Amino acid sequence: MSLFAISGAIEAGLLFSLVALGVYLSFRVLSFPDLTVDGSFPLGAAVTAVAIVSDVNPYLATLLGTVAGGLAGLLSGYLNVRLRILNLLAGILTMVALYSINLRIMGRPNISLYGEETVFTPFEQFLGLGIWTNCVLLLIVAVAMKLFVDWFLATEIGLALRASGENPGMARAQSINNGRMTLLGMTISNGLVGLAGSLFAQSQGVADVNMGIGTIVTGLAALIIGETLIGNARVAGATLGCLIGAVLYRFFIAAALSAGVLGIQAQDLNLVTAIVVAVAVVLSQARRNRPGPARPALWQRLTRRRFQKG
Amino acid sequence: MLSIQDVFVTFNPGTPLAVNALRGVDLEVARGEFVTVIGTNGAGKSTLLSAVAGDVRPDRGRILIDGKDVSKSPTEVRASVIGRVFQDPRAGTCASLTVEENLSLAASRGGRRSLRSAIRSRGRKAQLAEQLERLGMGLETRLGSHVGTLSGGQRQAISLLMATLLPMKILILDEHTAALDPGAAARVLELSAEITGEQTLTTLMVTHSMRNSLQYGGRTIMMDAGRVALDVSGAERERFDVPDLLELFRKTTGNVVEDDQLVLS
Repeated sequence: MSLFAISGAIEAGLLFSLVALGVYLSFRVLSFPDLTVDGSFPLGAAVTAVAIVSDVNPYLATLLGTVAGGLAGLLSGYLNVRLRILNLLAGILTMVALYSINLRIMGRPNISLYGEETVFTPFEQFLGLGIWTNCVLLLIVAVAMKLFVDWFLATEIGLALRASGENPGMARAQSINNGRMTLLGMTISNGLVGLAGSLFAQSQGVADVNMGIGTIVTGLAALIIGETLIGNARVAGATLGCLIGAVLYRFFIAAALSAGVLGIQAQDLNLVTAIVVAVAVVLSQARRNRPGPARPALWQRLTRRRFQKG
Repeated sequence: MLSIQDVFVTFNPGTPLAVNALRGVDLEVARGEFVTVIGTNGAGKSTLLSAVAGDVRPDRGRILIDGKDVSKSPTEVRASVIGRVFQDPRAGTCASLTVEENLSLAASRGGRRSLRSAIRSRGRKAQLAEQLERLGMGLETRLGSHVGTLSGGQRQAISLLMATLLPMKILILDEHTAALDPGAAARVLELSAEITGEQTLTTLMVTHSMRNSLQYGGRTIMMDAGRVALDVSGAERERFDVPDLLELFRKTTGNVVEDDQLVLS
């Protein structure tokens, strides 16, 4: 595996950790199986790309992409909360609609950002890290977003959001408006995904209408790997798991691709991801159905075993 | 304080499964009154409480709290003046949140929730620990524990504390000790009486035990087939024992109570 492939894998992993954070908010915190993600990811990319080629400041363009993603999430939430469409279907409807909308926004299937000024450009010379520039910047962004989610979920509103997702009846009895919490949570979740799409387009130099396919599955894979390794009892642990899970996942995929394990090629990526998620979900279900206390995270089990031996 | 006027509730109206859960309930509860509600399965006790809390909308009739018609406001709006403890200990608390986080959710009930940190200063912590100590369940040292790791009795005691943490108008206890073991049930009942006495709360408590219904509070109503069949309070109630209640019920409705659990527990 070349150094270039490694830095590329870490870069993609850090980008998808933002998706994983969004998926954590919708799937885990809100208990909303949200498939909007496959549409809001390319939406963030499309809006940012169009803005950048129209000579908008790249930071403003990134913000626009993030807001667009958030609005997509708000739409799915609205379909579910106000129009009472099943949450899964609400997400699918938004995702399908966004395919057309993304084509409309870009006016063509893809936009190249080659040679355009992006958020990464000013740092390339300033940091002088060569191919590692994007990794460093994205690490800062990913950690900042992790801390943002940690902070938000510990505020009064964030706590209300968690209660609403876990126990809606109790939330109502504590004067929490569950519908409003769903709208808020979905907006933040897809805002993170839109940001990921926006940065993805800028780091890869292209926005493509098909780049969203499989985003949700990759996000889920990262989330589940993180939960397996670190556990999800505490918010800070779960969000850290999103970062580590996403980077590890992309790293192993890249390793498998470059080593040619089982003849895996780039086009098999979504198949592999789907299989990984299916296996992980089945394993975690088997674990949940087993009576007895919750199973500790992998690192706890490993350290405990060592203690027992000693 | 609480005024229930000619309330009708029908589940699944217009279908073969239609159930007339409440058929013209009239009830006036004065400020500070502790009313115990009793009745056989399907008599409409829980539906009555749900109608007061807002989970069930009446087809007809009005519900007034402090003279204000709340019949049309949703549960989360009424929650600012209504505290509630559910039958299932898991229903009233959030398992994945800590004891402290659950309590802080209750502390912001009815107010505007902001982006301030939900867990505040040390002083606040000490205050909560003090309240928990009163419960006598050793919870004061477990502020940081996830509620999911606590026993049913502990969770129910926390639910009770959450329901009564803020000054409010009406406390609803819906068979809140039915799912607990006898020891924990007795402790939680004692606490309920203690807290409602201290804060002179207007309370509605559904219970499945006739003995408890006479032992606690100052007024007992018995529901039957969606109506209030019996309403005893004051000196008359003081003299009452379970057989008297059964006899009165038979005389009023012409039915015999056949629910063993109601008679024996």
